[in-house]
Amino acid sequence: MSERFTKSTARNIYLGGGVFSFLLFLGLTVDTMERLPERDNRENITAEVALGKKLWEDNNCIGCHTLLGEGAYYAPELGNVYTRFGNDKQMIKDMISSRPVEGVEGRRSMPQFNLSEEELEAMAEFLKWTSEIDTNNWPPNIEG
Amino acid sequence: MNTSLQYQSQAVAKPYFIAAIGLFVAQILFGLIMGLQYVIGDFMFPEIPFNVARMVHTNLLIVWLLFGFMGASYFLVPEESERELYSPKLALITFWVFLIAGALTIVGYLAVPYATLAEMTGNDLLPTMGREFLEQPTITKIGIVVVVLAFIFNIGMTVLSGRKTVVSIVLLTGLVGLAVFFLFSFYNPDNLVLDKYFWWWVVHLWVEGVWELILGAILAFVLIKVTGVDREIIEKWLYVIIAMTLVTGVIGTGHHYFFIGTPEYWLWFGSIFSALEPIPFFMMTLFAFNMVNRRRKDHPNQAAVLWALGTAVTAFLGAGVWGFLHTLAPVNYFTHGTQITAAHGHLAFYGAYVMIVLTIISYAMPLLRNQGAAATLKAQKREKLSFWLMTISMVVITLLLTGAGVMQVILQRMAEEPMSFMATQDSIAIFYWLREVAGLVFLVGLFTYVSSFFVKDSEVSVTDYDLPPTPKNS
Repeated sequence: MSERFTKSTARNIYLGGGVFSFLLFLGLTVDTMERLPERDNRENITAEVALGKKLWEDNNCIGCHTLLGEGAYYAPELGNVYTRFGNDKQMIKDMISSRPVEGVEGRRSMPQFNLSEEELEAMAEFLKWTSEIDTNNWPPNIEG
Repeated sequence: MNTSLQYQSQAVAKPYFIAAIGLFVAQILFGLIMGLQYVIGDFMFPEIPFNVARMVHTNLLIVWLLFGFMGASYFLVPEESERELYSPKLALITFWVFLIAGALTIVGYLAVPYATLAEMTGNDLLPTMGREFLEQPTITKIGIVVVVLAFIFNIGMTVLSGRKTVVSIVLLTGLVGLAVFFLFSFYNPDNLVLDKYFWWWVVHLWVEGVWELILGAILAFVLIKVTGVDREIIEKWLYVIIAMTLVTGVIGTGHHYFFIGTPEYWLWFGSIFSALEPIPFFMMTLFAFNMVNRRRKDHPNQAAVLWALGTAVTAFLGAGVWGFLHTLAPVNYFTHGTQITAAHGHLAFYGAYVMIVLTIISYAMPLLRNQGAAATLKAQKREKLSFWLMTISMVVITLLLTGAGVMQVILQRMAEEPMSFMATQDSIAIFYWLREVAGLVFLVGLFTYVSSFFVKDSEVSVTDYDLPPTPKNS
């Protein structure tokens, strides 16, 4: 690099650029927080939905599935599973509760989590709520 | 008395590096288990279901890289600060605390179902578990905070009371950033959108933010040592590279805010800024090659030079090029959450962070083992072979996962009659089989690497003509 471009110039670009970037990011974050209520349908986060999210986490579902495209890529996307299953919560509950304990010969299979009826309902409610988030029209189609 | 070291307290880096390599081996073994589960779905089921293997694979990666960063800091900070470490004893205590806590966590993952682990460790009191990469029990997370704070205190006291160099200040800044952003792992609201928004403050602002400062500082240190180029020049480059990192990478977080419920303007901010994220990596490549070409001496540790150049190139490919491939919102709309992401993740982590840790280990280990400035030529030859085996097989893994991802996008996301996820997976199984083979080659490379530390050779070790004239503490 040219001699006229000194180390202190470089340092000032680093400090100025770094501080500016973080401030802009914080500003955008504040704005995002103000706009989120119109998009995340938070008014529908019931105690049941919250329990569903807790169960989602306690069973490490993200270790195989994606949720809104984030997670592991081993099992289907679940952000839109409620719509993929024809807006049928019962189908979601049946899918979770019917998994064979020993798996399926040669195939990927979800573990049997032994959820109670109340927990199955909460999980389905959580996935229903998730499907109603405004995701800029993602995923591209129903297959997720 | 280690006559190869300038400061005796640098020796605390050694257990950190050994632990890092050990955990690296375990990480790869679990990677191979997962790779096989991709094609033989019931492999090890239900004893080790995929989610457990994956959690072990990714968490081991994070932990061993942290061991590597800590070892790197303990090694380079005394030399930069021109003084002994503030407290070598504290460094050894935190080593054992971190290793035991880490081991217990991994054992917990494997021994009991995850939900049981959550219950046992009191996740209900402060639920932080069950989010990707942040699966650790809350108690482990608190342990990580304590260890990292003790570590930063130790490094900080050494840096602030000694000679302050750009390398050590940038390193310290990166480490403080690492600690600060990890605190967001304790924020876990019921609202999934908010949860995801701030989850990225740990994950993205680590790997595409402050960790790049740590990477830059370690690379700059090694280049100063192996090329003998004037520190002023190297530090100027370092400033410019990390400036570009922050300017592109911070707002670049927006490339994760396309489809998780956040406002539409992130499609623009995320696309534009993250499209510029390859720039600092490209500069890093120019930097590394320029410095080596302008070297004022031929350092005997040519393996370390190879790792340093390899880091710059592979980080540019993995983080820069493979990141750019899918970062523009109209592309990401189709590729989000597919094997393309996995492809990018593998080469970026390997190129940027695995390789920088192996670079500093390569440079430091002969000194820590009192072998002089470099291992024997025979040992270096073995190490270089392992470099090529691991790097090439990781590039092949990346290409295969990219192939799998492209097919997945076409079949599942773009076709007139899209296939289901599972049907798609079945039809791209060949890519996963080949990936597993490449993974086995990687394992061979890793064993070759480990074996390079045990090469016995009658040949006299490489001269230490390059060492600083007088160790300060002799």
